[in-house]
Amino acid sequence: MSALLSALATPDARRLAIRNPVLLLLCVVATIALVAAGFLSTAPNRLADGVSLPLWQAPPALAVLVAACLGGLGCLAIRDARMSDWAALGLAAGLAVALLLTASFFAKTLIVAGHPAQRQALGPAFWIAFGVAGFAMLDAMQRLALGFPARAACLFLLLGLFAGLASAGTFDALSLTREFVSHRTLFVTALLRHIALVGAALVVSILVCAPLIAVVRRGGRTRAAIYSVLSLLQTIPSIALFGLLIAPLTFLAGHVPLLRSLGVSGLGVTPALIALVLYFAFPLVRMTDAAFSAVPTEVADAARGLGFGVRKRFVAVDLPLALPVLLSGLRVVTLQAIGLATVAALIGGGGLGTFIFEGIGEYALDLVLVGAIPVILLALAADFAFRLVLAAVETPR
Amino acid sequence: MPERSGRRGRLAAAGAFSLALIALVVAMPAFRPGLHQLFPELREPIYARASFVTLTIAHLQLVAIATGFAAAAGIAIGIAVTREAGRAFAPLARTVGTIGQTFPPVAVLALAVPLLGYGSAPTLAALSIYAALPVLEATLSGLGAVPADARDAAKGLGFSAWTMLWVIELPLAWPLMLTGLRNATIINVGTATIGSSVGALSLGSPILEGLSASNPAFVIEGAVVVALLAITIDRWFDVLEDMTPVI
Repeated sequence: MSALLSALATPDARRLAIRNPVLLLLCVVATIALVAAGFLSTAPNRLADGVSLPLWQAPPALAVLVAACLGGLGCLAIRDARMSDWAALGLAAGLAVALLLTASFFAKTLIVAGHPAQRQALGPAFWIAFGVAGFAMLDAMQRLALGFPARAACLFLLLGLFAGLASAGTFDALSLTREFVSHRTLFVTALLRHIALVGAALVVSILVCAPLIAVVRRGGRTRAAIYSVLSLLQTIPSIALFGLLIAPLTFLAGHVPLLRSLGVSGLGVTPALIALVLYFAFPLVRMTDAAFSAVPTEVADAARGLGFGVRKRFVAVDLPLALPVLLSGLRVVTLQAIGLATVAALIGGGGLGTFIFEGIGEYALDLVLVGAIPVILLALAADFAFRLVLAAVETPR
Repeated sequence: MPERSGRRGRLAAAGAFSLALIALVVAMPAFRPGLHQLFPELREPIYARASFVTLTIAHLQLVAIATGFAAAAGIAIGIAVTREAGRAFAPLARTVGTIGQTFPPVAVLALAVPLLGYGSAPTLAALSIYAALPVLEATLSGLGAVPADARDAAKGLGFSAWTMLWVIELPLAWPLMLTGLRNATIINVGTATIGSSVGALSLGSPILEGLSASNPAFVIEGAVVVALLAITIDRWFDVLEDMTPVI
């Protein structure tokens, strides 16, 4: 292995016939993790510290399958073969599936009858090797220069396979699955609440920002003042902004019955929503401003020359030209919102953060993952959706 | 602070915010009577488990150490993958930077807990890793924006690879890298606050304790100090960016 590493370090890697140093490094990392770190840990109950078990104690057929996928990737990294990048993509996907299967069946063999509280948790070696499989797939896709549709197809294929295995009960012995299953109804509520919070914040901030944008587009001193106030708001930590809103809102709800009857209160959704809107004002105003400033004056003049009215010019000329920039602005804001809505759980705003902070408080680390993994997947899904829309908007031109 | 207020205005703003922060942190116990009147039902209106001086220093330490690691890692990786020997790693580094930044920082902090346990360690690790991503991205775009003419001229003058990096590439990339560092630091100030939920001592400690013990005074104290700290740091970066010559 040290020979391979030193070969990596030599500038002329081609003479030593290393085809893909990235893949080689990934394989070395995964191998070290699988050899040195725990693959699964088993504990008598949810709160006890687990005993960590390495991969080689797993059922041999499965451990060999993982090793074979990893070895195959290593060979592809060093030697040139026909269709090596396609083979690497397939083997990396195979590695991911093999890791999942190994962990699940390994966990099933550890179940002791009559101990329902017993837990089998995924260890660091699993996560590192799983991450390596993901990076190896990304690397292969980049080398193959796969376009967006092909990447999406790969993703959906794997997701379908995962869903199939999950519904067949393959992962049932893992503590993550059990934690998820025991919180299933709460999970759906929290997920919907999270999405609703992000959606509501987006809609409200667009409504609030429209007049601000009109003021900013007029220019002058107010423009600079609005920008500096909004950018200062951006730097304030989310939990501090939530906290600063609690006392005034509690006071308002206590003294203005109308607000209270509208559901305004110091804790929960109201401060979360207001804080999210305050955060979004800066990126939304700045990017909309930039988007409309980017419309060339000749185009605007040409539209005027064609006799377009103000409204027609906005709909037919300005908006379509500004749309890509607007959408990338919304993408940034949405991703930020998904993270901020997680923190909102601390002030009773609900959402997926509830599981994270409850899990941290109870020392139930699998519960933390039940919150954290979906938050990340939600962010990735939102990113994916925006890229899809952006690709669709940009192709006609 | 209007945009054209110039260097003196920026410096004055940064200085004023710094003084206000120091005064507030040091004089926090003096607010006891006032807070008592605002929240008569509270027995203890000032967070007492640690002084605000200690909390602010602990918070700054977390941010400084993590941002230091993040800057070192982000810049080193950024430089390594733009050299001839490391160019194969550039696309992967760029993708990791982009995808990693879609992860919410709270989620990264939450993922660090099962691996590293409770306390300052997971917070430091999460802060360092997450903040390295904007620095990496900024370094890559900064080095990528160095004009080919500048490189050719340096090569023509017989500059070695190291001299070229040090004298030509890094100075030209520095303004963008500084913006990345600024983003990284501001994100860290925020995430360090949430870090107190996993047991790190920071200005988030009074906020979280105030939330769980229904003590709004603790929440306000922590929130005002950390907000002022964030704004102060941001203003100093403003001064620093203003002093950076645009070549």
